[in-house]
Amino acid sequence: MTQLTMGKALGAGLRRAMADDDRVLLMGEDIGRLGGVFRITDGLLDEFGGKRVIDTPLAESGIVGTAVGLAFRGFRPVVEIQFDGFVYPAFDQIVCQVAKLHYRTRGRVKMPITIRIPWAGGVGAAEHHSESPEAYFVHTAGLRVVAVSNPQDAYTMLRQAIASDDPVVFFEPKRLYHSKGEVDLDAHLADAPPMGVARVVREGSDVTLLTYGAQVGVALDAATAAEDEGVSIEVIDLRSLSPVDYRTVTASVRKTGRVVVTHEAAREAGVAAELITSVTEKCFHYLEAAPVRVTGHDIPYPPAKLEKHHLPDLDRILDAVDRVLGRPNSLSEVVL
Amino acid sequence: MTYTPITDTERLLSLDEPLQLLTPDGRRRHDPQLDEWADDLDATALRGLYRDMAIARRVDAEGVALQRQGQLGLWAPAQGQEAVQIGTARACRRDDFLFPSYRELGVLLVRGAAPADTVLTWRGEVPSTFDPYALDVAPPQIIIGAQSLHAVGYAMGIQRDETDQVAVAYFGDGATSQGDVNEAMVFASSFASPVVFVCSNNQWAISEPVTVQAKHPIAGRAPGFGIPSLRVDGNDVIACTAAMRWALDHARSGEGPAFLEAVTYRMGPHTTSDDPTRYRSADDVEQWRARDPLTRLEAHLRSMDAFDDAFTAAVDADALAYTTEMRAAAIGAVTKPALALLDDVYATPHTGLAEQRAHFAAYLDGFADESASSEEVAG
Repeated sequence: MTQLTMGKALGAGLRRAMADDDRVLLMGEDIGRLGGVFRITDGLLDEFGGKRVIDTPLAESGIVGTAVGLAFRGFRPVVEIQFDGFVYPAFDQIVCQVAKLHYRTRGRVKMPITIRIPWAGGVGAAEHHSESPEAYFVHTAGLRVVAVSNPQDAYTMLRQAIASDDPVVFFEPKRLYHSKGEVDLDAHLADAPPMGVARVVREGSDVTLLTYGAQVGVALDAATAAEDEGVSIEVIDLRSLSPVDYRTVTASVRKTGRVVVTHEAAREAGVAAELITSVTEKCFHYLEAAPVRVTGHDIPYPPAKLEKHHLPDLDRILDAVDRVLGRPNSLSEVVL
Repeated sequence: MTYTPITDTERLLSLDEPLQLLTPDGRRRHDPQLDEWADDLDATALRGLYRDMAIARRVDAEGVALQRQGQLGLWAPAQGQEAVQIGTARACRRDDFLFPSYRELGVLLVRGAAPADTVLTWRGEVPSTFDPYALDVAPPQIIIGAQSLHAVGYAMGIQRDETDQVAVAYFGDGATSQGDVNEAMVFASSFASPVVFVCSNNQWAISEPVTVQAKHPIAGRAPGFGIPSLRVDGNDVIACTAAMRWALDHARSGEGPAFLEAVTYRMGPHTTSDDPTRYRSADDVEQWRARDPLTRLEAHLRSMDAFDDAFTAAVDADALAYTTEMRAAAIGAVTKPALALLDDVYATPHTGLAEQRAHFAAYLDGFADESASSEEVAG
């Protein structure tokens, strides 16, 4: 085991995937000499050369569209979108081409493209640098969508995403890039849990708290705080948003009878809405209370000085936990 | 390699402007740039090009007829654009990979698309027909200009594999307004990728004339990207062949991308759902009919004593054989069972879709019981 930051673990995952398969290549803005604005690809240009680490023109649709052409020819492009808010120019190529070509060609053309997106807020960034666009991609058939929360998953799931014959939108929480953790660099991919499987990161018996990405840490803090009050929260890191591992989720909900979902992304038609609908369909008779969402507000991402009021923090999560437990909470007197 | 910028916008639609090797009345002209690329086009080669164009026109007419008869949901007529489609596709090497738009019927035919391949998608039976790797042709693209980036990416792959293939992007005049086409030219130029851009300027993007897309000749844009370009008469199959050979040679020799603007005309509607009488005059169409790619090559072949009844009879027979199969494929198409619509979304199992599939199958099974029991009652 090695202590690595998530950023270094991602770089190690890319290096390993490139060493394992010479059809893997990296594309993106500033990923070569600079090593990417987050230095995730640091050193890879020197190690693998310009043919496999491609500094592209500054055009996101062009990056993804040319990745499609490379995939047509049997390459496995790993695309870096510099920031979450810059993915929209590539949206057409992702939705109309990357996601559909396998279906359109009846399985003859595979699109093993990994689209890495430095993602979400909490880093005091400028406008368009803190977005959580994951629901758009979850809603798009043909894509797999994953979000990592720790260095080990970053390393393993990135390799799994690159090895997948399906396109994967890979969300990397920017505010965890510098967080450290143990990483087993020698683990065989076959021994790792599949990319689509959720993980119970803390067991509990009273409330199931579903989340992903950087919110996993916030959720764990909330669970620790709740324990002091005698409330046992089970925290599930979904890891994969498409597909969602409902086996793990429903097993937990059937045990606890109460569900809170938290994510940074806005609420309306977001991932939490889908999770709660599916959980309600599958576990209605086990539910002791209406499930509750704790999300970003339905606003454009706010200026940095205000983002702490936008990101769901420990207290907002605990307030929602109180609600599903029928305890006094901020909405006790409000008719919803 | 040389391109003389044309700044007179009034001349944008001028027919005299583009490079031409065959006049509308079938006389062979000479062009210092293109001649060397057309030298070997003897009567046999020209008859081959005529045959391909004639079959493409017949297949196109059959497509329109099948749509009018309710056998196809839609058809995008290619009439009038046979020269650029056949000439450029025939100029390619068989292992060059082509990325066509939905109107490049002639390109598919040159690559050996089966009769059923031309109709089953327009009929709405399948999302696409032929195996792209069997024909070295990507599925025809409907999102305007998107395929230009795919061609460039494929060409970047060719560079990495160090082969001497070329990728070809086909698109229309409307597509040149799309960001993707412009981004494709940036990528191709910066990476000197072996790709040829073929813009069939058929004067119309549905109802919008090319002047809405371009105030200057489209070919004039490419040099701004560092890409050499030619503007050719798109109804002159000899010029289209020659220009494409030049472009392919340029790309294949490691010089980077090349760009062709083929000035042609969409004789039919945008699709069978369109009504061009609302936006263009019959006179315009008739003017272009006089520059038809087939009649001018026929006149030229007649002047060479290379066009006779036996030849036309053979071409007719080939066309009839193809369209007969095409019609049979459309009319005889067997629609897939309902559950098949969930096939091939993912390359590897997706638990969410697998669950939906199971639930939909259970729902469909309910009808199977119903029809079985009603049959029993009827029996």
